Amino acid sequence: MLDTAAFVARFNGSTSEFRDNRRAIVPAAKLSEAASALKTEFGFDMLVDVTAVDYLEYEGATDRFGVVYCLLNTTTGERVILKTFVNDPDPALPSVYSLWKGADWMEREVFDMFGIKFEGHPDLRRILMPDEFTAFPLRKDYPLKGRGERHNFPVITRAES
Amino acid sequence: MAEKLPDNVFLTTLDAAASWARKNSLWPMPFATACCGIELMATASSRFDLARFGAEVMRFSPRQCDLMIVAGRVVMKMLPVLQRIWMQMPEPKWCISMGACACTGGVFDTYAVVQGVDRFIPVDLYVPGCPPRPEQLIAALIEMQDIVQKTGTHNGREFGRRTTATGPIPIELDEIRRSREALPIVDLPIYNSPNLN
Ligand code: SF4
Repeated sequence: MLDTAAFVARFNGSTSEFRDNRRAIVPAAKLSEAASALKTEFGFDMLVDVTAVDYLEYEGATDRFGVVYCLLNTTTGERVILKTFVNDPDPALPSVYSLWKGADWMEREVFDMFGIKFEGHPDLRRILMPDEFTAFPLRKDYPLKGRGERHNFPVITRAES
Repeated sequence: MAEKLPDNVFLTTLDAAASWARKNSLWPMPFATACCGIELMATASSRFDLARFGAEVMRFSPRQCDLMIVAGRVVMKMLPVLQRIWMQMPEPKWCISMGACACTGGVFDTYAVVQGVDRFIPVDLYVPGCPPRPEQLIAALIEMQDIVQKTGTHNGREFGRRTTATGPIPIELDEIRRSREALPIVDLPIYNSPNLN
């Protein structure tokens, strides 16, 4: 059983808990180290999810983006959430692809929607939006109706089809 | 000459005969992307039986179709695909936009959902509803048969005149501003636009 408080103390992190949801919050610089410790020392062999939160204009928030890794130990069924923060103008994190292969598409999705780069990712392309898309739609400062992307396709009329 | 014909022989124009044949053997291309697609499937099922109208031969190859049924919401990643399929369908061809999403974007007024496919491809008939019932689609199909019979596409006169987009023009001020601001996407591999001259 992972002792989250003792674990995050090694990385100058903090911890919080909600019901049986345990979070280990570590600084971005220590993310690789913490992730590999979780995998090798504590047996968290499955990366369930990678996602991000945009804390723009969120009350009391000091950082812009929170990146969340949900981990599972498939032997004991134990779960932990590893969390870190990154900021504008160039949010970037080391990729955890070398630890969990499942990070491949999930990191691409976070990159696609939030524009957070994952250094060391083998193939960081857009995955949900078309390649021509330039914005990051899940950022809070992106308008819900977009910036006109849905209008600018060629029009086919009856005469030319 | 007509007097010499036996009673069981009719004279008509080739155009009318071709249109009559076309209207009774429409081959739909189901472009079904969402929940409306399920209604489209139901329409073809035994309970509603689209086959009664000669339109049961759903083909997934655009080369064999002459009626496109856009059923469901179309997102901007899918629109180039829709346009390419439309361009690949041989003439003469028609299009039914089925459901609120295909006609107007429905409730999905978001960055990714195209606000009406008729802004980008020609649409002949709109089926309202969310989702429309199979009966509504069948009603649209009967209406479509009427259109096919009347527009006579033997030499495409009717379509040649339609050189503007059929879709609604944006009326919301915000929408107008956005569509003006929007930069055209360059290098989008959709199709090679035919040279009309
Ligand atoms: S119109 Fe309604 S039923 Fe049809 S695709 Fe849209 S949401 Fe689904």
